[in-house]
Amino acid sequence: MSKILIRGAKVLGGEPQDVLIDGSVIAEVGVGLPADGAEVVEADGKVLLPGLVDLHTHLREPGREDSETVLTGTRAAASGGYTAVFAMANTFPVADTAGVVEQVYRLGQEHGYCDVQPIGAVTVGLEGRKLAELGAMHESAAGVTVFSDDGKCVDDAVIMRRALEYVKAFGGVVAQHAQEPRLTEGAQMNEGVVSAELGLGGWPAVAEESIIARDVLLAEHVGSRVHICHLSTAGSVEIVRWAKSRGIDVTAEVTPHHLLLTDELVRSYNPVYKVNPPLRTERDVLALREALADGTIDIVATDHAPHPHEDKDCEWAAAAMGMVGLETALSVVQETMVETGLLDWAGVADRMSVKPAKIGQAAGHGRPVSAGEPANLTLVDTAYRGSVDPAGFASRSRNTPYEGRELPGRVTHTWLRGKATLVDGKLT
Amino acid sequence: MQRHLISAADLTRDDAVLILDTAEEMARVADRPIKKLPTLRGRTIVNLFFEDSTRTRISFEAAEKRLSADVINFTAKGSSVSKGESLKDTAQTLEAMGVDAVVIRHGASGAPYRLATSGWIDAAVINAGDGTHQHPTQALLDAFTMRRRLVGRDAGLGQDLSGKRITIVGDVLHSRVARSNVDLLHTLGAEVTLVAPPTLVPVGVDAWPCGISYDLDSTLAKSDAVMMLRVQRERMNAAFFPTEREYSRRYGLDGDRMARMPEHAIVMHPGPMVRGMEITAEVADSDRCTVVEQVANGVSIRMAVLYLLLGGNEPAVTHTRTIEEK
Ligand SMILES: [Zn+2]
Repeated sequence: MSKILIRGAKVLGGEPQDVLIDGSVIAEVGVGLPADGAEVVEADGKVLLPGLVDLHTHLREPGREDSETVLTGTRAAASGGYTAVFAMANTFPVADTAGVVEQVYRLGQEHGYCDVQPIGAVTVGLEGRKLAELGAMHESAAGVTVFSDDGKCVDDAVIMRRALEYVKAFGGVVAQHAQEPRLTEGAQMNEGVVSAELGLGGWPAVAEESIIARDVLLAEHVGSRVHICHLSTAGSVEIVRWAKSRGIDVTAEVTPHHLLLTDELVRSYNPVYKVNPPLRTERDVLALREALADGTIDIVATDHAPHPHEDKDCEWAAAAMGMVGLETALSVVQETMVETGLLDWAGVADRMSVKPAKIGQAAGHGRPVSAGEPANLTLVDTAYRGSVDPAGFASRSRNTPYEGRELPGRVTHTWLRGKATLVDGKLT
Repeated sequence: MQRHLISAADLTRDDAVLILDTAEEMARVADRPIKKLPTLRGRTIVNLFFEDSTRTRISFEAAEKRLSADVINFTAKGSSVSKGESLKDTAQTLEAMGVDAVVIRHGASGAPYRLATSGWIDAAVINAGDGTHQHPTQALLDAFTMRRRLVGRDAGLGQDLSGKRITIVGDVLHSRVARSNVDLLHTLGAEVTLVAPPTLVPVGVDAWPCGISYDLDSTLAKSDAVMMLRVQRERMNAAFFPTEREYSRRYGLDGDRMARMPEHAIVMHPGPMVRGMEITAEVADSDRCTVVEQVANGVSIRMAVLYLLLGGNEPAVTHTRTIEEK
């Protein structure tokens, strides 16, 4: 197999080094490595990170191929610097059987842009009543380890308890979309000053916080591991911080958009800002950034939620919830966490690659950039400045809240086990 | 004036006073044998109603016809929220027909704003009520009614409502009327107090330019006008309050309570009234109750708004000119 020499890259933001890829692994890391017949990529001080891992992606296939497919979604992932994504289960049919998760897994392998690790539904049809065949999904070729009814909350306390207990048998984790359903009936946006003025149904912070509080207590009681999806409020941060201090095995994720955007944007009534959980307040945003910096929130996950144009080009109440995020995630993290001094690049590698790989048990991902490791790598031009143009997205859907907004940083190269999926910003 | 009327909050004090003064002129037309002006002849106005409201539609239609506009009524009931594209599709159809203004009523908050700002349509957009957001012409007609009663018809010209104390009672949470009135009355210098059970007050209300009270009796003696909002009976099933009787006892307006209001104070209601629960028949039928005037004033206000948004530079009413053109 071929050799690639990445010359002069700041590995995890450190001093420039050369990284030699031989076949699918990193052969050597050092200063002044000889090219020796290898293809040379001049990094020119760009930052080299382990390939990013997204624990929360909606690929829409099977069922909504008009929004996204495994192919278009993984191409978007490669464009954004990802080498592995976890595909949420809310497809049609729902990924609640071995057959569906194997299909999604296989499509990821065939296309080869990034590893696709399916997430299995917790309950049959995401209906919250009956446990799905969690063991069968784990034992399938897809080897499912993460289970989630994302899009819906596992709100029945008994079902949640059983799921947490059951997955212990094979080291799985339940990822909870924390949304108390009764408190969020008719919810359209964060409940607060802006919703009061706009007359849009409120999604109160306590609807998220009460479920997180319940679930960390359940996890403690049955000695299980729970993961909180897209945590979005300052109060949620406090609960997770308390749970961790108590030794409860809880991990949590935050999306890039909750690190940057606030509910003030909803004043435009532009459904591009409609997302679940909703955009919160400035105070929440700052609390989330701090919690990600101090490790209370473990990871950044995109909640990449593609929707076709017609599902957003309408009045607010009728619009679908969600934003695409794979191709802008790293830029948003650079702006909100790195350029604010809250996190260095090693910290970014930890929150966007190492920890998500660990939570999801994605073998071969989130590994150190050192000799002998799989060559899953991402090269980032951190000096780049430019405005976001969705026309250039690889994702089939363009529902980004950042259209026309200037964001820093650009992924120029992505390698999946030594094979380039992105070169000079272009997909291979 | 702006090109659209989406929210009462978009009006400056001078805009609002101009509309009220223009409405006084329009009101005089209603006293003429021929209640019609040529002002908007040749202009096409569409009443686009995604939600039933015969009262509001008829009021706009009367205003449009008195200004000699061509009127198209478009009812799109049942097609609103579940099929989101319908608003855009309908807008583009109207655009192709070359309409000059769209009066829109929609069950979704923000739909008129979307219509005015999304580039789907060029026409002027007038919000005739959107979800639980705004109903600016209702607020204008309420302010017009208050100015006539509390300041005086001709004495009121050029005046705002400085120093007037207005109490709005009832389901603030679900009320576009309350939101619009708080915005406009504040702009016009009035002091507004909202009175409701805490379950019917939105979280975040503390940012509004008004006071909040849970106690109706303590506000009555210092109110120049008390505006009763409609309370839908189904709110009871959703546990916003325990029983209809309890609501009535605590927040209903009856003769005893009315007697504790200052002598000059008026009782208002956007209609339709649910007699018995929020207001007793005795109050509704008293001459302090302005419900019927509010309906008549609605036509004058809507004429004023349409004229100012579409009429251009000609004076609103040329008193010397006869209407022989028609
Ligand atoms: Zn979710």
